[in-house]
Amino acid sequence: MGKAIKYGDDVNTDVIIPSRYLVLTDPNELAKHAMEGVDPSFIKKSKDAIVVAGSNFGCGSSREQAPISLKYSGIGCVIAKSFARIFYRNAINIGLPVLECENLSNLVQDGDRLSLDLKSGKIKNLSRNISAQAQPLPDFILELIEMDGLLNKLKKAIV
Amino acid sequence: MNIIEKILSRASGKESVYPGEIIEANIDCAMVNEITGHLTIKYFHEIGAKEVWNKDKIVMVLDHTIPAGSVEAAELHKIMREFAREQEIKAFYDVGRGGISHQVMVEKAHVKPGDVVVGADSHTCTYGAIGAFSTGIGSTDMTAVFTTGRLWFKVPKMIKVMVNGNFRKFVSPKDLFLKIAKILGVSGANYKGLEFKGSTISEMSVDGRMTICNMVIEVGGKVGIVEPDKKSLTYVKSRTSDQFSIIKSDPDAEYERTLEITVNNLRPLVSCPNAVDNVKPVSEMEGIELDQVFIGSCTNGRLEDLRIVAEILKGNTVSNNTRLIIIPASQEIYLNALLEGLIETFLLAGATVANPTCGACYGGHIGMLASGEVCLSTTNRNFIGRMGSLKSKVYLASPATAAVSAITGRITDPTSYKSG
Repeated sequence: MGKAIKYGDDVNTDVIIPSRYLVLTDPNELAKHAMEGVDPSFIKKSKDAIVVAGSNFGCGSSREQAPISLKYSGIGCVIAKSFARIFYRNAINIGLPVLECENLSNLVQDGDRLSLDLKSGKIKNLSRNISAQAQPLPDFILELIEMDGLLNKLKKAIV
Repeated sequence: MNIIEKILSRASGKESVYPGEIIEANIDCAMVNEITGHLTIKYFHEIGAKEVWNKDKIVMVLDHTIPAGSVEAAELHKIMREFAREQEIKAFYDVGRGGISHQVMVEKAHVKPGDVVVGADSHTCTYGAIGAFSTGIGSTDMTAVFTTGRLWFKVPKMIKVMVNGNFRKFVSPKDLFLKIAKILGVSGANYKGLEFKGSTISEMSVDGRMTICNMVIEVGGKVGIVEPDKKSLTYVKSRTSDQFSIIKSDPDAEYERTLEITVNNLRPLVSCPNAVDNVKPVSEMEGIELDQVFIGSCTNGRLEDLRIVAEILKGNTVSNNTRLIIIPASQEIYLNALLEGLIETFLLAGATVANPTCGACYGGHIGMLASGEVCLSTTNRNFIGRMGSLKSKVYLASPATAAVSAITGRITDPTSYKSG
């Protein structure tokens, strides 16, 4: 459960984490600058929030610092109409849940309280008493998120 | 099958694959730079891995912040240098050795036609120019590649882009791609690939093919590819004696859709702030005043680009109202530009020529823009704050448009510009 922070279409990796911060190696330091390019106040409201966005979220660079900065900002999930390919993979790989939901953006206003069941993809807007259905995650992606990312899987494979 | 399905079939050991199928492929070459590579190295150690899967198939390039412009950048370089030494990775390109990774990968023949190549940088799609499947991935996926040499892929649906006709003078592959971006939009090829075909592509140099494949990610594409032909094979064979197989699409290959484009009447185009698909004819945007012009990057910092720029700048000077920064994409290009006298032309015109680096294109450390400033750039992205201040603006165009605009200090159509 969390409050929605809403953005539009084509939120790119440069605005999620501007290039000049990519030399930073501490994920908590990166998080301080998350979404700085579109919303400098993001980090003040991100804890336990849910990011709701339009189409093509995360387009642009392959920089994994983009989903890392979001994860360490404390958000629980990004729900978008669609994601750019590299961002989607990166988010899953680091254990940041990302869900595709066609119409959620139209049913949610900034600050609405949402509840979410990751397994089924059922979303409730508690502020407006509306439900939405995200595309359920395939099992192997759910497994990666439950393991908090690909590294833990690789670790097991190596031992 | 189309070329991508054939390459992925070979790499996954299957007879055939179909769009949407999830396959696991053997990787022929993997590239990291310091911005994404330092994370891969951290994760590699974190999971307790001891040795990379194949030290001869990993390429490490310092390119985003070279020479190091800050202590933080220097620390990232150090991590890369030590890892290359520890793992005995020979293809390590330090400052002054290689240049921008995507140019180096093709120039030094780390990529061959038919290969499956991944790079921890989104513009890895560039190598489709010589008939390879190449795509950008993140640092964690790269850790999987470093340790296992394999990675899963979803076989992409392919869009055939048929391009015919001849470019007018000072209209170039960059203008062609901006036209494609306008048609498809910034997510029009998300999860898909583009195969470029037709007479224009056959006539196009490898340099030009690298430009159009480079920008495929800007429409969301996973790969861009041109099947190998005489031009690309001559290029590759002049740089390596390694064996490779020539893979092409079947005549009856299936595509999701076909785009038909004729370039005979194509005019110079410009991508306006802040989205790559916000494309207008240069003639409609003429007069916009420019604080900075940048020519370079993995999109348009090649020798062919620099030659056009020199042709235009020769005997002219950069406007007093603007500054021109030129960055060759690699050390090899830099040297050739010097030997051909291009660098002299640039300096006499009043340009600053910097060493190969991604710094200017991605707002890292060279030519950063102040608030309110406007730049015309030959790079691939004009996102908000891309080259510096969040309040600066970036227009994208071809090297010819950039060179003419540097002389006038305003966005100017190179096809109608009369020198002097």
